[in-house]
Amino acid sequence: MLEVRNLSKSFGGLKAVDNASLDVPEGGIVGLLGPNGAGKTTCFTMIAGFTKPNKGTVRFMGRDVTGLPPHRICEMGMIRTFQIVQPFAGLTVQENIAVGAYLHHHDRAEAMAVARQIGKRLGMGAMLDRPASSLTIAGRKRLELARALATGAKLLLLDEVMAGLIPSEVSEIVGIIRQIRDEGHTFLMIEHVMQAVMSLAETAYVLNHGKMIAHGTPRELVQDPGVVEAYLGHGAAARLQEGHHA
Amino acid sequence: MKPQSMGQAVLIALALIYLASLYFMSSPVWMGFTINALIVAVVALAWNITGGFGGMASFGHAAMYGTGAYASAILQVQYGINAWIAFGAGIVAGAAMGAFIGALAFRYGLKGSYFALVTLAFAEVLRICASSFAITGGGSGLQLRLEPGLSTLQFNDRAVVYTILLVIVALVMALTAWLKYSRFGAYLIAVRENEDAARALGIDTYRIKVKAMAISGAFAGLAGVLYLQVWLFIDSAVVYGSAVSIEALIGPIIGGAGTVWGPLIGTLGLHLLGEGAKHLLHNAPGLNFVLYAVVLICALRFLPQGLMGLAARIGTFRKKENDNA
Ligand SMILES: Nc1ncnc2c1ncn2[C@@H]1O[C@H](COP(=O)(O)OP(=O)(O)OP(=O)(O)O)[C@@H](O)[C@H]1O
Ligand SMILES: [Mg+2]
Repeated sequence: MLEVRNLSKSFGGLKAVDNASLDVPEGGIVGLLGPNGAGKTTCFTMIAGFTKPNKGTVRFMGRDVTGLPPHRICEMGMIRTFQIVQPFAGLTVQENIAVGAYLHHHDRAEAMAVARQIGKRLGMGAMLDRPASSLTIAGRKRLELARALATGAKLLLLDEVMAGLIPSEVSEIVGIIRQIRDEGHTFLMIEHVMQAVMSLAETAYVLNHGKMIAHGTPRELVQDPGVVEAYLGHGAAARLQEGHHA
Repeated sequence: MKPQSMGQAVLIALALIYLASLYFMSSPVWMGFTINALIVAVVALAWNITGGFGGMASFGHAAMYGTGAYASAILQVQYGINAWIAFGAGIVAGAAMGAFIGALAFRYGLKGSYFALVTLAFAEVLRICASSFAITGGGSGLQLRLEPGLSTLQFNDRAVVYTILLVIVALVMALTAWLKYSRFGAYLIAVRENEDAARALGIDTYRIKVKAMAISGAFAGLAGVLYLQVWLFIDSAVVYGSAVSIEALIGPIIGGAGTVWGPLIGTLGLHLLGEGAKHLLHNAPGLNFVLYAVVLICALRFLPQGLMGLAARIGTFRKKENDNA
């Protein structure tokens, strides 16, 4: 569904993303992991059309979408959420979701009805008429997801929708995402919360210093020495191994 | 458009009572004064589209106002074109000028005070151009031939002029309300609240902003044409002057930016205040602008949502919807 090839982006001298490639099959949940500053968010901004890559291509549903503006990409059915949540603070929760729904429902009553339905499905039924600015962090993350769904997008790029949530909230969101996937959506998700990645993602990619260093099932990845080193520092894998044997 | 609290209902009722009372006062002075205020209210409503809903505060709505007035005046005076056609052309010219300024400013991603400065610069350049070319009448401006009648859109009876203006203001407000609750309105508000999120949700923010400038320009052009048809004379300082731009933004901010009634209520309130001060202090020139500045600063400091926002908090009818009337 999504094919990213040799994507690269530099900021000044810094290679934020360096020759990264990845594939997301239709109906899958694919993780994108990596330590802080690895270039994950930068990947998303390029895939979703917010910044132009220096090099590389992005194909979505067989079409080359490299360099298209975000609104065109969204119309085609791919949408990103923001790591730092971006609610329309002055609007109610329902109105926020309706902005997404307006993409394919031009009538206000219809867009608001779709928004209500999606809000309820994501467990936000009681908050629909509250201003978005009054939501807790968990509520705002959920709102990001609801708004994205309301556009009717088929592929959702989620940037750390579980960061900052307590475990019970995480398992709620995990359940919701699984349910949405079963309804026919596809996910590419950046996530630090390992519990979530392990239980959701079928495969995952690991990015470090802008380079794709590993790809596999989450279970394979946590045993991959290169990945462990990227997260815990040089020599960590060897020390862990020794610890096991001792 | 419906009020959502006792306070708003009272505010709107006061404005309506004042406007209706003019039919019984038979005071030409007050009539003339309110006719002026209504013309300003139309520019204020124009500013409200971009500045209120879209969060793009322009400091140069005179650019579109003046272009509307001049387009109509040039067609009538220099080419002898029918006033009705010129009326329509003025609106179209205002819209075109708005779209042009918007297209340029937003192409370069201008926002906030940069956008305000560019609009101001446009108005000033146009003012200088209008005072230098023959077709615009140069420094002496353009005067319509006095020829009252329906075909020339000139009316001797002030009550008729006043009624027409009331109807036009009501129409512009109805259009504003309709826009606010349309897809376009929702998108415009989304752009104001968070442009990145809006882009992610499939909104072509550039197009929405230029479209808003075109609609706003059409309203401002309409106001310029109204001024021309009421006073039959324009010159560059009157229609391209910064006084127009200031009055366009101050009314909505005082009354409540991004509301349907705010621009009218703010403009009426301000003009009444300015007029009152003028009488009390014996016509000190420029005094009303000093007063406006003080009121504006107080409003920005203490009334972030203007009078409508303040009134909304008094005796709420229903808590549920967040948006104002
Ligand atoms: N607009 C920018 N200008 C300059 N440098 C940038 C810009 N955006 C990101 N960077 C840099 O690029 C690198 C990758 O950033 P990115 O946000 O993609 O990382 P990330 O993997 O999402 O990290 P995190 O887990 O902290 O969100 C960082 O070093 C960051 O400082
Ligand atoms: Mg990030």
